[in-house]
Amino acid sequence: MADDPAHPPAERTDRSPWNWLLALPVVIPLLPFLYNRAEPRLFGFPLFYWLQLAFIGLGVVCTAVVYRATKRQS
Amino acid sequence: MTQINWTELVVFSVLFLIVAGMGFVAARWRRPASMHHLDEWGLGGRNFGSWVTWFLIGGDLYTAYTFVAVPALLFATGAGGFFALPYTVVTYPMAFLVLIRLWSVSHRHGFVTPADFVRARFGSPTLALLVAITGIVATMPYIALQLIGIEAVLRAIGLTGDSFVARHLPLIIAFGILAAYTYQSGLRAPALIAFVKDALIYIVIIVAVLYIPHRLGGWSAIFDAADHKFTAAKKGSLLLPEANQLQYITLAFGSALALFLYPHSVTGVLASKSRDVIKRNMAALPAYSLLLGLIALLGYMAIAAAPQGVAPLMVDGKPDVSTVVPVLFDKMFPSWFAGVAFAAIGIGALVPAAIMSIAAANLFTRNIYVEFLAKDATAADQARVSKLASVLVKLGALLVILLIDPQFSIDLQLIGGVMILQTLPSVAIGLFTRWFHRAGLIAGWVAGMSAGLAMLYTIPNPATHHAHFGGSAFSLATLGLPWNIPIYAGFLAVAVNLLVSLIATVIARAAKIADGVDATVSSDYFADQGDPRLVS
Repeated sequence: MADDPAHPPAERTDRSPWNWLLALPVVIPLLPFLYNRAEPRLFGFPLFYWLQLAFIGLGVVCTAVVYRATKRQS
Repeated sequence: MTQINWTELVVFSVLFLIVAGMGFVAARWRRPASMHHLDEWGLGGRNFGSWVTWFLIGGDLYTAYTFVAVPALLFATGAGGFFALPYTVVTYPMAFLVLIRLWSVSHRHGFVTPADFVRARFGSPTLALLVAITGIVATMPYIALQLIGIEAVLRAIGLTGDSFVARHLPLIIAFGILAAYTYQSGLRAPALIAFVKDALIYIVIIVAVLYIPHRLGGWSAIFDAADHKFTAAKKGSLLLPEANQLQYITLAFGSALALFLYPHSVTGVLASKSRDVIKRNMAALPAYSLLLGLIALLGYMAIAAAPQGVAPLMVDGKPDVSTVVPVLFDKMFPSWFAGVAFAAIGIGALVPAAIMSIAAANLFTRNIYVEFLAKDATAADQARVSKLASVLVKLGALLVILLIDPQFSIDLQLIGGVMILQTLPSVAIGLFTRWFHRAGLIAGWVAGMSAGLAMLYTIPNPATHHAHFGGSAFSLATLGLPWNIPIYAGFLAVAVNLLVSLIATVIARAAKIADGVDATVSSDYFADQGDPRLVS
């Protein structure tokens, strides 16, 4: 089916203030002073290891929020 | 010469053959009208939903090499190896806004490769060719490295020997089967197999992190054992030394930037059926990062399990650290489960190897063959060329592993990571703005490549007695600058690339050098499922 250039898809955008939330899980894991420590331990894991694993959760939450929040837009 | 563990071998082989069968049958899954079209063979019909995409991309990004090399890194050097964690956390939010645009414009124009997009956006066959060559060269050592993962597993089972045949025949058989079903079914094969692969990996790792620490006396004991080892050997450490922090974060960040520039990642993304599938996956794929973190810690478990006889196997007189995880499984699990674990790793090599070879083949077909050799190639011609190219790519990778020192492939993959980053300005930034001039981007690519290769050349690796290409941590002091702190070479190289692209763009505009025509319009970048494909 040929596309009619006179009628492109309606005006859409990916811009949203919610997108700023994506910066959080990008910046925080790249700040070693936050996690380059051994104490306090959690389940025997030094902080360096458990905190970086916890950042996964931060990433999932932020990305999921942005996905849901921007869904209604287009 | 080690004894063959027959239980492990049988379990491994049975699972491997089941998966091979699935690969052949995959051609009938979501059955296409005809497989003789790159959209079907190379992109599985462009119609994968969220779950299939999750398994496919997960299976694609988390390779056997990852599972073998990352714990090996922690085993040998400690905290520095954990960069893989922040790397995989940071990559998904960064890729979120970029990939949906790439998907949309590719959906509208029928792009199959990143070079297709660059060709249309900047109107430059030369720039597209550079992107294509970069993609192919960066991908090939990656395929070879998957074989290292399989070989490490086969060694742990005991399938080694002194003759060339004894050592390599199982690998050759495995790859022959892989080549055959990829030829037959295209992307559908790894997509289907990824379900099995990922399920096996999750099961094995969950069992491993519950069972092995229990046997070794708990997590505290494991971390303490690692700490003792590093302190005693004066090599490696449980935390990051201050001087290594910059290298750690630039390596993580640089790797995150590069990940979705790799052609095989793009293939996984373009095969999905809508923007929503991609967004959901950016939120859900980090589950694999959790898996990766736990896999990394297997390296410390291997240290703590030294009293149980866990140590790297000797290969050609030197300890091969990449065998540390297979040996750990061999010694700590009952044989039948170790066989399952080995199958997980082995199959874990097949999925990415298949996708990578398809991606490299697509690049060759669309951006070299059709562009320069056969402009009138039909869809069926393209599919045929790609099928053949993917076999040749795999054969090349196999020959490299068989005939050349595996360390060579590791060096090449390191270079590949720095190389693929050089496509960032044209592909990733090009998705957002057309500001750069095509001549500027070409100049930037040349500058970034040269800088990257030059930097890598100056880095030695005393452990492997390599004077060049020994690692990726470059110290600015090498240039005579006052800071003797290591920083990821790829990060520096892409910075050079951007700077030169910028300057060269300004110069090109001033000199009124002809720029290419942008075949895309801004609404293309928001197209979604259901929007019609442009007929060109």
